[in-house]
Amino acid sequence: MLKDITLGQYFPGNSVAHRLDPRTKLILEVLYIVALFSANDWFVSYAFLALVLAGAIAVSKVPVKSLVRGLKPVVIIVCFTGIINLFWTPGETVLFSWWIITVNLEGVYRAFFMVIRIVMLIMGTFLMTYTTSPITLTDGLETLLGPLKKLRLPIHELSMMMSIALRFIPTLIEETDKIMSAQKARGADFETGSVLQRAKAMVPLLVPLFISAFRRADELAVAMECRCYHGGEGRTKLRVLRYQGIDYAAFAIGILVIAVIIALRYLNV
Amino acid sequence: MEIIKTSELVYRYPAEEGETSQNALDGVDLTIEKGSFVVVLGHNGSGKSTLAKHMNAVLTPAAGKVLVDGLDTAEEENLLEVRRRVGMVFQNPDNQIVANVVEEDVAFGPENLGVPTEEIQKRVTASLKAVGMEKFADHAPHMLSGGQKQRIAIAGVIAMTPECIVLDESTAMLDPAGRQEVLDTVQYLNRERGITVILITHHMNEAVYADRVVVMDHGKVAMDGAPMEILTQVERLRALGLSAPPTVQLLHALRGAGWDVSLSALTVEDCADQICRALGA
Amino acid sequence: MEPIIRVEHLTHTYGEGTPFCRSAVRDMSLDILPGEFLGIIGHTGSGKSTLIQHLNGLLQPTSGKILFHGKDIWADPKKIRDVRFRVGLVFQYPEYQLFEETVGKDIAFGPKNMGLTGAALQERIEEAAGFVGLAPELLEKSPFELSGGQKRRVAIAGVIAMMPEVLILDEPSAGLDPAGRDSLMQKIRSYHRATGSTVVVVSHSMDEIAENADRIAVLADAGVVMTGTPHEVFSRGAELEAVGLTVPQVTKVAMELHRRGLPIDPAVYTVAELKAALTALKGGRSGC
Repeated sequence: MLKDITLGQYFPGNSVAHRLDPRTKLILEVLYIVALFSANDWFVSYAFLALVLAGAIAVSKVPVKSLVRGLKPVVIIVCFTGIINLFWTPGETVLFSWWIITVNLEGVYRAFFMVIRIVMLIMGTFLMTYTTSPITLTDGLETLLGPLKKLRLPIHELSMMMSIALRFIPTLIEETDKIMSAQKARGADFETGSVLQRAKAMVPLLVPLFISAFRRADELAVAMECRCYHGGEGRTKLRVLRYQGIDYAAFAIGILVIAVIIALRYLNV
Repeated sequence: MEIIKTSELVYRYPAEEGETSQNALDGVDLTIEKGSFVVVLGHNGSGKSTLAKHMNAVLTPAAGKVLVDGLDTAEEENLLEVRRRVGMVFQNPDNQIVANVVEEDVAFGPENLGVPTEEIQKRVTASLKAVGMEKFADHAPHMLSGGQKQRIAIAGVIAMTPECIVLDESTAMLDPAGRQEVLDTVQYLNRERGITVILITHHMNEAVYADRVVVMDHGKVAMDGAPMEILTQVERLRALGLSAPPTVQLLHALRGAGWDVSLSALTVEDCADQICRALGA
Repeated sequence: MEPIIRVEHLTHTYGEGTPFCRSAVRDMSLDILPGEFLGIIGHTGSGKSTLIQHLNGLLQPTSGKILFHGKDIWADPKKIRDVRFRVGLVFQYPEYQLFEETVGKDIAFGPKNMGLTGAALQERIEEAAGFVGLAPELLEKSPFELSGGQKRRVAIAGVIAMMPEVLILDEPSAGLDPAGRDSLMQKIRSYHRATGSTVVVVSHSMDEIAENADRIAVLADAGVVMTGTPHEVFSRGAELEAVGLTVPQVTKVAMELHRRGLPIDPAVYTVAELKAALTALKGGRSGC
């Protein structure tokens, strides 16, 4: 069911991870990604990062189950990356060879760590979106990217668009479900047939969905104007972002993690 | 004192190719007193929603004038102030909630008005309390019921400290419980906070809450008066595509059978009183 | 009488194994009789929508059975599409499912999926349009040019065109004004009379159900709490109120008069009935 896709849904809560400044979380996320990709392809580095991730999950109080469920939609991408790395990594220790397929030890390692890397990357990102309401997140992005406004980049507009898109994801998913059921009740068949037939079968779903999305957009625009929305100019905020003690602590931990990863790489363990 | 005054208001929607459109509003003169509770009734296409959209400059007149607290809605520089003073709640609860968290949605209006942060926080708390939704401050709006969503939308309007709230068929998509929640909320705001309420609806029983009922038909004001005066005109209402409350219909039917009863009964008790009196005589 | 649809100990649980897990329908049993006009009433969250989506196999029971003509509809999951043609379901606000270029083509979607073509298909379309009161010239128009009320009729015609043995409508009159509501319900009633098929209408509105249904099923807390004729159901006004529902306004008046000592049946529910009862009473005695 479509409803199972949790794609970055926010879980309200009041854990330390929830209370961190969104900017802190964004910066830490970037540091974490850098750490993941500069880590040595060896167990020590990943064990260490896994420990960091586990710590973060524990602190956030997000159920591990939900994080794992969040991986469902990206399974294909993960498998694909794994397979690509498995077969196309050049190496010497050939383990297995048949026709044009060659698997070597380097490939196995590489594929293994690549999959670990992506899974950890996705879990880390979901951890951020699970603990940060989309609006706070876009707020954080807007503030972080604020200096770019001077270059006449429409930062406020972009962040507003993003937060509205996020706001409407659950609504549109629900709507998709509903229209799908309604068409199924008239005998529509979304599940069987050739690719072409299935693409054609989507028309009765997509047309109403688009029409409804446009109608919603229209109504929302009017509703926003009625609430005196007139762009980012002169706008104040319910929450002004201010770094707290925990943010500085979090930064310190982040820098420490990066330092350890670099040290491990340097020491080559 | 009046909050809204329309004079000879005319509006016509842009016509489709090759078709001529009728006037959606055709000379509406209406004065809404501050602090009143006005219900605007009418069948679909009677112009009631178009009228509502003129009250905070979502639409501006093709001819005639709309004044909100003396401000002409057609003047561009009045726009923000008009919309702050007259807040609008729409029909579809899903399409007017901007934010992903209730309190952030309520804050949206004051944020746009440039209200200082501390003041916004106070207003959000107070507004949520006024609609009885303070427990849901950190909830995701899409998990709430229709009635709750509409109360959030009302809180979003209250946070802009308006003089008047216009509910444009805001109860149409709700179940009876949700409808009651919204009605109780606006009734409270009207009585306790002195906020003018204009409720656009086609649910006749909602007219009972008003101190004035306006019935629209063909872009004109067809009836205007106290609820008792309007809701007892069984035949006239039927001609306008509406129906009198069942209690009035019952008394009307009895009267048709030669009973000596007055139609002035909007509640079950009043209706029973009338019947008993007639039987006793 | 052999029921056309039998709901047997139906339970449906959403989001099993998640923190949002809840049973929308719990151990529910209900018979729908052939040719009847059944009203299903209950407040939001009583399980109405979940129930009706089981009747044509859009949802699969977590436990329990749906029997159609005595046969479990899930006995052969491949034939479930067949059940959907024979048990037509019109969703709430069905106008949002329209997608075709013309009204006629949209109505044709269901029957076409059944394999109908040519003259037989055309006949179905015209007949269905007739039932909901759509003028023939509208069939060539785009559904998106129509008014809200007309769009809804198109959507209902789209299900009627499949000639289902059972027609289920979820809140068919939601959001319509009184005139639109009356006229739509009248169309549904005359469809019921003309075809003799079974009609199930789900509604929040007691008044609407009272005016139309032969039999009422009251849902509350994921189960059926009462079934019976409107008269039987409304005679249990206090129980209805306990589950958050109210009796029709006219019944309220009758109950009030009864409470004041008048020999009036407290379960009457139409203006005409109560008027007749009162007139008879006036002829006989007087005084409260």
